[in-house]
Amino acid sequence: MNVLVVLIPVSVGLGLAGLAAFVWTMRASQYDDPEGGGARILDDRFDDSPDGDRR
Amino acid sequence: MTAACPACIAADGIGEESLARGGDSVQLHLPDIHCAACISQVEEALARVPGVARARVNLTLRRASVEGAALSAPALVAALAAAGHRAQELDQSLLAGQGSEMRDLLMRTGVAGFAMMNVMLLSVAVWSGAADTTAQLFHLISAAITVPAIAFSGRPFFASALGALRHGRLNMDVPISIAIALAAGVSVAGALTGSDEHHWFDAALALTFFLLIGRCLDQAGRRAARSAAAELAALDVPQAVRLTAAGREVVKAERLTAGDLIELKPGDRFPADGQVETGRSDIDRSALNGESAPAPVAPGDAVQAGEVNLSGLLTVRVARAGRDTALSRLTDLVATAEAQRSRYSGVADRAARAYAPLVHILSAAAFVYWLWLTGDGWRALDVAIAVLVITCPCALGLAVPAVSTVATGRLFRRGLLVKSQTALERLAEIDAVAFDKTGTLTTGAARLTGTPDRAALALAAGLAAASRHPYSRAIRAAADSRGIAPRAVEDATEVPGRGVEARAAGRRVRLGHPGWLGCDGEGVALDDGQGTITRFAFEEELRPEAPALIAALKARGLDVALLSGDGPGAVAAAAARLGIDRAEGRMTPEDKAEWLAARGAEGRRVLMVGDGLNDSAALAGAHASLAPASGLEAARCLADVVLVGDDLGAVSDLLDTAKRSLGRMRQNILISVGYNLIAVPVALAGLASPFLAALAMSISSLTVTLNSVRAQK
Repeated sequence: MNVLVVLIPVSVGLGLAGLAAFVWTMRASQYDDPEGGGARILDDRFDDSPDGDRR
Repeated sequence: MTAACPACIAADGIGEESLARGGDSVQLHLPDIHCAACISQVEEALARVPGVARARVNLTLRRASVEGAALSAPALVAALAAAGHRAQELDQSLLAGQGSEMRDLLMRTGVAGFAMMNVMLLSVAVWSGAADTTAQLFHLISAAITVPAIAFSGRPFFASALGALRHGRLNMDVPISIAIALAAGVSVAGALTGSDEHHWFDAALALTFFLLIGRCLDQAGRRAARSAAAELAALDVPQAVRLTAAGREVVKAERLTAGDLIELKPGDRFPADGQVETGRSDIDRSALNGESAPAPVAPGDAVQAGEVNLSGLLTVRVARAGRDTALSRLTDLVATAEAQRSRYSGVADRAARAYAPLVHILSAAAFVYWLWLTGDGWRALDVAIAVLVITCPCALGLAVPAVSTVATGRLFRRGLLVKSQTALERLAEIDAVAFDKTGTLTTGAARLTGTPDRAALALAAGLAAASRHPYSRAIRAAADSRGIAPRAVEDATEVPGRGVEARAAGRRVRLGHPGWLGCDGEGVALDDGQGTITRFAFEEELRPEAPALIAALKARGLDVALLSGDGPGAVAAAAARLGIDRAEGRMTPEDKAEWLAARGAEGRRVLMVGDGLNDSAALAGAHASLAPASGLEAARCLADVVLVGDDLGAVSDLLDTAKRSLGRMRQNILISVGYNLIAVPVALAGLASPFLAALAMSISSLTVTLNSVRAQK
């Protein structure tokens, strides 16, 4: 059962990594405009600056 | 502008928050955008406007936020209009604070989800046979994950439950909070002492997670409704041009006081009640009383807030402004009507009200019974927790929000904004529809009737080009549709309140009120300068989809009525053209509200469709209400549903969707009650294990969600 000493931290760590990724997407406003994100990917003009800072 | 130096000009606007802008941002509402090309067109058009530093379109919210220095919203709107996009400025103060609550809930859901999955993995190990020290280790790890996760994620429930208890009430969050706290607390105690009793870590977390999903859906619906209301309120920020000794200044309508002199251009809506000081014009009173024909005004005549100036420049001495205007006095009427409706409680409320006490009684009874039976406090507590966890309404919490999220999303794509939480349920119950006439079933525009002489129509169209009067527009439209080119005239000038005069082939020609040309009657007369008077008659233009809609409503077995403030003749004519049997003319706002109250007393449930101020009390008092986006702010604010697209035919779809949604909600509630009917006896018998609880909770939540998103045929 000593393998648990490794496996449990790994499992919880992976879960925490997922949670951290979720928090990051949230902070980066990725849920604010889901439709817009889907539309922008179709247009070459947004390729260089998907954030819209085109000036 | 009398200021001489640039600094004074800049200082002129200080104090007018909405007009003077430094380096800040403007939010624009873009109702028509729908694709990637629209996004880039809008962003490029905005970027070309001087002063704009950054423009970003949000396609989901149909909004653009523009940042930069010295921005002027009208200039941005004009730039977008040139690029072919409709836009309106949004009042930022109304939008403040939106979105942060949703983010907060999503974060809590994410944390609960993470914790639930990890604890579930550990629980599976325990269920499949881990024992002794291993089991206790797993329980301790679960406790370490669960306690902080629940403290963070369960906050909305605990806060709401405490609030309810403080006011001596019970709400759905009370049993939820007790179940979560009790399950987690007993399990932590068990893990620390190493007892063999059931551990409920996963159940406490799964409960939090599923209920938070329901909360998120609910919040999304609320946010859509509130954002719709804010957008609609922002459509017209009422402003006025005040004439002072120093010149003219633009102020917010609410800052006007009695005695101010204001100027109104053709097309402006009166911001306050008052008396015409100088100028002549025609005014459109339809918003206040439903009359379709414009009325002439001259110096000394009274005008009221909400009316629209049509043809001439007017200066008006303000008599009453702000809360004292005739428009605001309607609000008393509206408040009474609204108070009656707020008593409506939705399916979810009614189910929860019956459910919450039942849950408490059942689990308390289980505790007492098992304590008496076995004399073992831990065992009794275990059964009580099982009952609480299993009866806790995960599925019930999802039953209604999941359906209304799906339905409102579908309706939004059809051009209908559902503003009220219980609107769908109320719409599903209606058995009669009452329409306002002017602006709702008719476009508010006039249409030329009969077949006038072609030469006369050509001359009239030439003259009409100089005027914005609705009849002039009707004459031009009639000439256009008959393929008649307007005859060129010289020196066309509009004589406000009377008509247009010009010169054609050296003669003085006139088009205007029959009285001005020396004859009497209605409509418009044309003097061609050679002594011939041609008369033009008009009728109201019906919305093209209106007759089909009325027929469709009647085919569903709904009673249709027409309630209008217009004269009985015009109302009867419109009713006949639309095939409506029951038509009432010359109704005051009070009459309309009373008519609806009388139907309500008969047990009828009426959907009111109207756009004007004179409909506002009726909209607030009806069982359900709908207003077109072209209507006045007051009407849009009070209506449950706002028709954003221009297609009135969507009303028929709306009723279909509402009916099906209510059916779905009832199915969902039955499903969750059904699960409980099976699970509760098992729990009461002391046979429910945490594993069974987790299974029942997940399956019932999943069934309900799938049933909600199942395609509606």
